[in-house]
Amino acid sequence: MRPRFTLSRQLAVERTWPFFIDLSVAAALLAGFYAILWIAKFWFSAAIPEIEIHLAPSHLPLYAFYSIVRIFVAYALSLAFAIAYGYTAAYNKRLEALLIATLDILQSIPVLSFLPGVMLAMISLFPSRQLGIEMGAILLIFTGEVWNMAFSFYTSLKSIPRELMEACEIGRFSRLQRLFQLELPFAAIGLIWNSIVSVANGWFFLMVCEMFPVGSRNYRLPGLGSYLQTAASEGDFRAVTWGLVAMVLIIVVTDQLLWRPLIAWSDKFKFETVESEERVTSSVLHALRNSRVVATIERRTFRPMSEWFYNSLAERKRKHPPQAPRTESRRGVTAIYIAVGLVALAGILFAASDAVRMLRDIHRSEFFTLLAGAGLTFLRVNAALLFASLWTIPVGVAIGFQPRLSHILQPIAQIAASFPATALFPLILLALARIGVSLGIGSVVLMLLAAQWYILFNVIAGAQAIPSELKEIATLFRFSNVQRWTTVILPGIFPFLITGLITASGGAWNASIVAEYFQLRGHTLMTLGLGAQISAASDHANYAVLLAGTMIMALMVVTINRLVWRPLYHLAETKYRLD
Amino acid sequence: MTDPIIQARQVEKFYAQSRDARIQVIAPTDLAIYPGEIVALLGPSGSGKSTLLRMLSGLSRPSGGAVLWHGQDVASTQPNVSIVFQSFALFPWLTVLENVEAPLKARGMEVMDRHRRSLKILDTVGLDGFEAAYPRELSGGMRQRVGFARALVVEPEVLFMDEPFSALDVLTADNLRGELLELWQKKTIPTKAIFLVTHNIDEAVFLADRIIVLGRNPGHVRTDFRVALAQPRDRKDSAFTALVDYIYKVLTQPDVVPAEMPVIAGGRRIRDQRQMRYEMLPHARPGGIAALLELIIDFGGRTDIYRLADELSFEIDDLFPIVEAAQLLGFAKIEEGDAAITPEGRAYAESEILRQKELFRQAAVDHVLLLRQITRALANKSDHSVPEEFFLDMLDEQFSDDECRRQLETAISWGRYAELFDWDDSRRRFVLAEHEHEEIQDRAPEPAK
Ligand SMILES: Nc1ncnc2c1ncn2[C@@H]1O[C@H](COP(=O)(O)OP(=O)(O)OP(=O)(O)O)[C@@H](O)[C@H]1O
Ligand SMILES: [Mg+2]
Repeated sequence: MRPRFTLSRQLAVERTWPFFIDLSVAAALLAGFYAILWIAKFWFSAAIPEIEIHLAPSHLPLYAFYSIVRIFVAYALSLAFAIAYGYTAAYNKRLEALLIATLDILQSIPVLSFLPGVMLAMISLFPSRQLGIEMGAILLIFTGEVWNMAFSFYTSLKSIPRELMEACEIGRFSRLQRLFQLELPFAAIGLIWNSIVSVANGWFFLMVCEMFPVGSRNYRLPGLGSYLQTAASEGDFRAVTWGLVAMVLIIVVTDQLLWRPLIAWSDKFKFETVESEERVTSSVLHALRNSRVVATIERRTFRPMSEWFYNSLAERKRKHPPQAPRTESRRGVTAIYIAVGLVALAGILFAASDAVRMLRDIHRSEFFTLLAGAGLTFLRVNAALLFASLWTIPVGVAIGFQPRLSHILQPIAQIAASFPATALFPLILLALARIGVSLGIGSVVLMLLAAQWYILFNVIAGAQAIPSELKEIATLFRFSNVQRWTTVILPGIFPFLITGLITASGGAWNASIVAEYFQLRGHTLMTLGLGAQISAASDHANYAVLLAGTMIMALMVVTINRLVWRPLYHLAETKYRLD
Repeated sequence: MTDPIIQARQVEKFYAQSRDARIQVIAPTDLAIYPGEIVALLGPSGSGKSTLLRMLSGLSRPSGGAVLWHGQDVASTQPNVSIVFQSFALFPWLTVLENVEAPLKARGMEVMDRHRRSLKILDTVGLDGFEAAYPRELSGGMRQRVGFARALVVEPEVLFMDEPFSALDVLTADNLRGELLELWQKKTIPTKAIFLVTHNIDEAVFLADRIIVLGRNPGHVRTDFRVALAQPRDRKDSAFTALVDYIYKVLTQPDVVPAEMPVIAGGRRIRDQRQMRYEMLPHARPGGIAALLELIIDFGGRTDIYRLADELSFEIDDLFPIVEAAQLLGFAKIEEGDAAITPEGRAYAESEILRQKELFRQAAVDHVLLLRQITRALANKSDHSVPEEFFLDMLDEQFSDDECRRQLETAISWGRYAELFDWDDSRRRFVLAEHEHEEIQDRAPEPAK
């Protein structure tokens, strides 16, 4: 047996740490408290007519802070929603198929085309305009963050071994106790990795939705996204640079202070019962675990509270002996389901018919332009995927094959991937404009930026999953390079590559809305494409075209998923499995 | 006689397959568990042992009949039971102590109380000093000790165990068995009865006061008898081995003890699984069958299977499917616990590989309906390929979904070996292996020249 913590050279360091760490923890608590006060004051202030974005770097910390709050409020909402959604889908047999199908479709719908609609709805919903815009932005970020987490939680629940569930039942765990004792821990690792992806997605959308025009009005929230956009449209290079530096800082700090400690901590939730050799370590986590203040707080407040909480869950169960009259309540439940279902159906039908009526306003020529745009965007998306694959496959395989290289490069790549492509758009467009590349081609570059990481990470994982015996055989039989690639590497990474491409293609479609239509230095750059048409429609408050464009895009994404990616994925799962 | 703790009255279990067809896993069964006894439940794989255990413990509700605890329906009481699982079912993110405390915590017990009780039980199962370890740091045997501690800490009235020792190596399992018996006999634990599901005849005879043998399709009680041997039992004792041999005979001759089967219940159709058209294919590999036959020949053409397993230091239940397969193919006969080779079996074992395949092919087509059907379907179809669904549809009249898949897998492995057909995994279709077929027949006479 191995001891859990090795007491070795680190002992000397540990002694000096707690004091320092204790101070930081105290400071962090204070800061958190202050931040909450600030936010409340800002949110509930009276309507601010039009916010001005100052480009002086001294305003940046505050803007960055607002953006971070938005991201994490949206994240907290997504987490709660994902857990509720995944739980319902996993345990409610009646709703399961429906919920999962909904998830699949919602995932394929371009979030950004809902921007104007959501904003307007939220603004009219909240009397204070500021709060309305704020809620709208958070809601959009939320929709960018939530689906993969819900899906992850659902799959985790579904794969809990039957014996563990039975152990809970025989141990008389109540449902909530089981949630905290079994389901959440079991799902923790998946949730954490998906949270990283989600937050990165959140930043991607935040860059766009903090500032956008609808019709004649310009909606703005103070934040990093609006800062960067303003800087870009005014052509202020210095400000753009400052904004990017702030973004990089935020991402590195989040990675070091949040994700790494979380990943290291979640190691204990690994379900495989063998010890794996590769572990993420985090000095922050280590320090927290050895901090006296944290330990005291844990012992004095957290532990008694969780104890009390847990007990209260237990007692409630005991007062209601199981299986009271069941059939009647069942029937009642069924009736409620049906009623709710009918009301929802009526609502949906009403809204849908209204929407279709709106589509009649579209002129036939407009409709053909939309289709032409869809075709062009389709070509761009695929070009972006192709170029992304061209560089990510060799690089990903190289990283995956060399543990030492991957040890150094993977964390860097992770940080790079968390960087929202939308923040880089202005810079890249300026550069492209200088060398005379049109937006038609430039947008491909932008989509590539948004999509490449998904492919890279999957290729790395695929290369790592190729058994070393196969590689050795290739060496032993002196395979030529071509042979090595066609018989070992490409088939080996194929399933992973497909997974990466599916996700990347979704990302590229979504990016097209921003990439094909851009405000730079006071004028609008645009090219023919579905994304541009959606953006322009929302810009000019042309809701009929907006709706038609969104529907076409969602349809295309769903159709491509069904007709191309799913069969390929099936092929990958059956023929190219390496186990 | 004292009142039973658990009484099962006509319990049965079926799983819905479609609207009006369902698979009966347990036929209506009466069973009672009395205080002071260790009951072992034996039976072939898939006979419904785990299903029965789950119903008795209140984990799953019977489809018909009732399970009574002290005369009350199990659904309306909350019986104090525990289960020890084959897979341990520990929470990997909790320490040993936290794992053991978990059921007490769920009941809302005070921190100090549950600490004391858990530490005491950890001490009892020989785990003191390991409280702070995590399950993944422990060996299999240690993990199962945690499993036992977690089960015993609630002082269950009845302790259920589903193959608790089968994931452990032989020595560890032996140790743990002995310790459990000691706890039970010295009354260190307040448990009133133990219900043990096992595959291992030897284990059952070693531990149990009473042995129940289940037959399958659907599960029904074949025999239920007391073990009159005094404790501690000696495995070398002749009475012990005789009992083991007897149980082995019962298990290998499914037709000796007839069982009453209901045909209609509640107006719904219930399949009498014993009239099934498909024989259940034992999940054995052709190579294993050949090896077994060779061994029997080495033992003079006839040998006691239990001894054979012992000789090979095989678990008897690993040997089971292979013996059954040899019997099904007509290569061996089972007589009174002995396996005897048939002339066909001898011819098969002593031929060279191509001839072997030919003999296997013949035997398979003669004795196995499913293989016969696949070959015939392939021969009759113009494109010589048939999707698996075709056979799944026919099989699922008789077997559960999982079992259908396993049946097909075994059929594929046999058919491929016999070169009856080939299997295209990406299209999930059977295809005719015409090509190889002809080649073999061309080549077969060659060595004779
Ligand atoms: N949910 C289910 N739906 C359909 N069939 C099921 C279900 N659960 C179990 N079965 C079937 O019931 C039969 C009995 O299963 P059970 O697990 O009780 O057998 P067992 O005797 O414990 O087998 P083993 O020795 O392999 O553990 C099996 O044929 C199995 O396929
Ligand atoms: Mg079982």
